[in-house]
Amino acid sequence: MSVGIQPPVTVLAEAAPAPRSLWSDAWRRVQRNRAAVVSGAFLLGLSLISMLSPWLPGLQDPSVQDLALSATPPSAAHWFGTDELGRDMFARVLHGGRISMLVGLIGTLVSITIGVSWGAIAGFRGGKTDEWMMRFVDVLYALPYIFLVILLLVFVGRSLVMLFVALGLVQWLTMARIVRGQVLSLKTQTFVEAARALGANDFRILFHHIVPNTLGPVIVYTTLTVPAVILQEAFLSFLGFGVQPPNASWGTLLADGAKLLALFPWMVAFPGAAMSLTLLAFNFLGDGLRDALDPQDRREGH
Amino acid sequence: MTAFLLRRLLAMIPTLLAIGTLTFFLMRAAPGGPFQSEKEMPARAKQELMQRYGLDQPLHTQYFRFLHSAIRFDLGPSYKNPDQSVREIVLDGFKVSAELGGWALLVAVFLGIPFGTLAALHQNRTIDHVSMATALAGVSIPNFVLGPVLVYFFALTLGWFPAALWVDAGSRVLPVVALSVAYVAYIARLTRAGMLEVLRADYIRTARAKGLAERVVVIKHALKLGVMPVVSYLGPAAARIIMGSIVIEQIFAVPGLGRHLVQGAINRDYTLVMGVVLFYAAFLMLFNLIVDLAYTWFDPRVELA
Repeated sequence: MSVGIQPPVTVLAEAAPAPRSLWSDAWRRVQRNRAAVVSGAFLLGLSLISMLSPWLPGLQDPSVQDLALSATPPSAAHWFGTDELGRDMFARVLHGGRISMLVGLIGTLVSITIGVSWGAIAGFRGGKTDEWMMRFVDVLYALPYIFLVILLLVFVGRSLVMLFVALGLVQWLTMARIVRGQVLSLKTQTFVEAARALGANDFRILFHHIVPNTLGPVIVYTTLTVPAVILQEAFLSFLGFGVQPPNASWGTLLADGAKLLALFPWMVAFPGAAMSLTLLAFNFLGDGLRDALDPQDRREGH
Repeated sequence: MTAFLLRRLLAMIPTLLAIGTLTFFLMRAAPGGPFQSEKEMPARAKQELMQRYGLDQPLHTQYFRFLHSAIRFDLGPSYKNPDQSVREIVLDGFKVSAELGGWALLVAVFLGIPFGTLAALHQNRTIDHVSMATALAGVSIPNFVLGPVLVYFFALTLGWFPAALWVDAGSRVLPVVALSVAYVAYIARLTRAGMLEVLRADYIRTARAKGLAERVVVIKHALKLGVMPVVSYLGPAAARIIMGSIVIEQIFAVPGLGRHLVQGAINRDYTLVMGVVLFYAAFLMLFNLIVDLAYTWFDPRVELA
């Protein structure tokens, strides 16, 4: 009997369109968004060049001073000019980008780790635990964060590690709220019941089955968190609280340049352009990913 | 309503207490103090100074003295400028910061909402693409990049406005512009998103169906609900615009609250830092309360909980 049924099934399977998962669908839509693709390529290229900058052939050492070359405008030898101590600005912008990106990535990683765990546990446990954990988030939302971060950096110490911690701690609140909302609706679904029936414990259900399903919104919010952290690092460094010399980030380069603006405007122009372009690219990418990964948006048909 | 207000105002007290305590111990846990840098000061004079400000007392005594003075809204004199009380400095600084931020916010609302509405009404047409690309650029350029660029072109090259200080109307233009651009851009984006959603709603179709002019439909019916995202954004934005102006105040040498915080933190001026932090926290919470109240006016379906 079953032999008789089989052929139609095969025919049906062949006739049906290839299955479209959220991810393949999203990938297709991102590719169609030219601004997002260009931005992604730009960011990938810039991070590669920045990360590899210490080993790039032909690139000057960003810390070598040459007072004979003090503050020369952009030229063929020094594409972005030199600063007041004769250091090559092109090398310094790339080097500064290395630290800015590193801070952005690590700060984001800290915030994702805390935010996802906090939100997932609150949403999964529910009840009183949920209420208290989210009340705590509400209270933290009301804190004058940047003020406290400045105090932390001034009074406890201005090290890179402190900066990572401080910036990560600022950013996890929204992530926790997003993940909690997702988990609340996911935990009632049948695949969770199935996992439980197969004997998975709470930890496994939460972190192996539920959390991976929150990835869409987490990715979108991550693309927005990285530029936010980069911006805050630059903000703190601009004020002199962030990255300390001899290290340099885009923020410290801008702060140095702003002091000599009237004489050497290129010292602001190039780090400023690098930073603005990076943030713009992250924003385009974030917008593109949100459009692609937001299932609600499917009805729009674009 | 009264119960709601009372509950929210009472809830501010423990939060402020927590912030004050955190700030207090953060400052005291750190090495150094307000009179550390004056090395040539004789030990006895320093001892006397410490005594005068009660810094020689045990930590818990200092803490309770701080609590007592905070309750009376009088943190005493600034350590670095003993002629001025912290209250005077904070209030003067706030006036300046509030003026700077207020103008920036006004500019942001009155430019951002029309641009966003225009973009929404012309969705996916040139005017939409151009204004949204501009808005994204505006969001992406940090104000500490924009500030120096504005100074370079409009103060140093063209000489239209002074490069710094906060004295006359002309000197206010560049700081306000530098501060507002990002907010104009963000409010335009929020308005567009909000309006797109509202314009699809049934009640807008009804308004059109009964033959109302497009202008009336958009301005009287759609806009009120369409700017809801902007309203909820204004609370945090108003608070952040004062915080964000730390950098602007630094670039343009504006004597605002943010500048006092930065200087106070660098100088270890305990009382001044504490004053700024507590004032800012209270301001932030009051503003969020006002925003919640504003919600009910814009959208009567919202209930105060």
